[in-house]
Amino acid sequence: MTWSAAAVGRLVALGLLGGILQLTAISQVTLFGVPADLSPLLVASVGLLAGSVAGATFGFCLGLFVDTALLQTLGVTSFVFTMIGYGAGRVLELRDPAHGLVPVAVGAAATVLAAIGFSLLQFLLGVEAPVSLLLVRSILITIVLNTLLALPVYALTRRVLLPFLPDDPRRRRRRAYTTGGLSPLSRA
Amino acid sequence: MYDKAVRRRRTVLALLVALSLILLTAYFGESAGGGLHAVQRGAMEVFAPIQEGANRALKPFRDLFRWFGDTLDAKDRADELETERDALRRQVAELEVQGRENAELRGLMSINASSGLRAYEPVVARVFARSPSTWYSTVEINKGSSDGVQRDQPVVNGKGLIGKVKSVSDGNAVVMLLTDQDFAASAEAAKSGEPGIVSPAVGATGDLLFNLVRNAREVHKRDLIVTSGMKSSRLDSLFPRAIPIGMVTRVELGEGELDRRIHVRPAADLRRLDLVQVLTRPSADVLAARRQP
Repeated sequence: MTWSAAAVGRLVALGLLGGILQLTAISQVTLFGVPADLSPLLVASVGLLAGSVAGATFGFCLGLFVDTALLQTLGVTSFVFTMIGYGAGRVLELRDPAHGLVPVAVGAAATVLAAIGFSLLQFLLGVEAPVSLLLVRSILITIVLNTLLALPVYALTRRVLLPFLPDDPRRRRRRAYTTGGLSPLSRA
Repeated sequence: MYDKAVRRRRTVLALLVALSLILLTAYFGESAGGGLHAVQRGAMEVFAPIQEGANRALKPFRDLFRWFGDTLDAKDRADELETERDALRRQVAELEVQGRENAELRGLMSINASSGLRAYEPVVARVFARSPSTWYSTVEINKGSSDGVQRDQPVVNGKGLIGKVKSVSDGNAVVMLLTDQDFAASAEAAKSGEPGIVSPAVGATGDLLFNLVRNAREVHKRDLIVTSGMKSSRLDSLFPRAIPIGMVTRVELGEGELDRRIHVRPAADLRRLDLVQVLTRPSADVLAARRQP
């Protein structure tokens, strides 16, 4: 990702809008009694598009915003989202995945990680919440919902960050054909 | 270059993780009036109006999604309620049937006590089939010869006389109702003791006639007509004495005394028969009387 003030501005806007949207709308709409959670999806998408440093930083900031806005223990969400952003970024850096369904898998993994991470940290902080079937059920439903939402969230994030992303080889090829360039086959 | 990038990445990660943990520890350790809490409250003050505005702006979308959710939930709830309603309906139906049977059994017990029918060894039977023809008023009961039921034995329910057994098989029997064309029973007006014969009124379903009454003017509207239990040295009545048959509904005057037509409505509701009892020893009282010196 090309770092610039505009890129940072877009990331901040994305985080703020995503966070506010999550807190004011998404979290209040329940399906089967459970809301979806866009925050880990946003962090994972940024990581998957912009790399581990951007992902971790974005995750930290979004987590801080969520903790602040909800008057939660500061640092909990930041820590979890930092790990998610970093992990998603490492997937990009190590594998450079081209498959269209990778964001779905990464989104699902991010949600699982967020759910487990939050639960673990809450237990470590001494919050007495019984591990009930209801809790497991709600976590599973959130994972399913987030998996369904992962692709649209990734597409939206990609659209926002597109000017600052390195050129995708596939996109470059497509552009070459549409502007009258020769295809590699015809050149051969 | 690569090492530098790796170092930078790891440094950023370590820094952010450390920052998170420091925040967490500091926040967790301090009191509610601590610095971080104050900063959080300050930030909250700043974010609150934005969130409130966004909350209002996004309300229509939220409501739309909620509507979808509510619709799905409502469908599930409706299914649940339908299942519950069906179960309750079945329960109510069962209870109603049991209640009706209970009332009928009480009626049977009551008539057994009041009319002294116990001596006639009643056999309780359930009506399970009814003749669909308007010409034959018969019902089938689930007791037969193996239960001691025999032809011509009287059949009663809690209200009064129903009819008599027309034919018997091993486990079932056909009961001819009072309203059947072939039915007739010796009877008397309970009040005046005027004897006569009760038979169905031709062409009037459910209506009986109290015929061959010598002093018909002694019989009045609303008089109770009961079986007479006639005894003679040659022929005994099929029916024990004093079983209610019906009530006089109207008395039509004819040219002579014998032309008077006394209409009787059956005491028992013959359209709704469920539990009945067959008096398997209808002449028990006669036999007892004969045994006495």
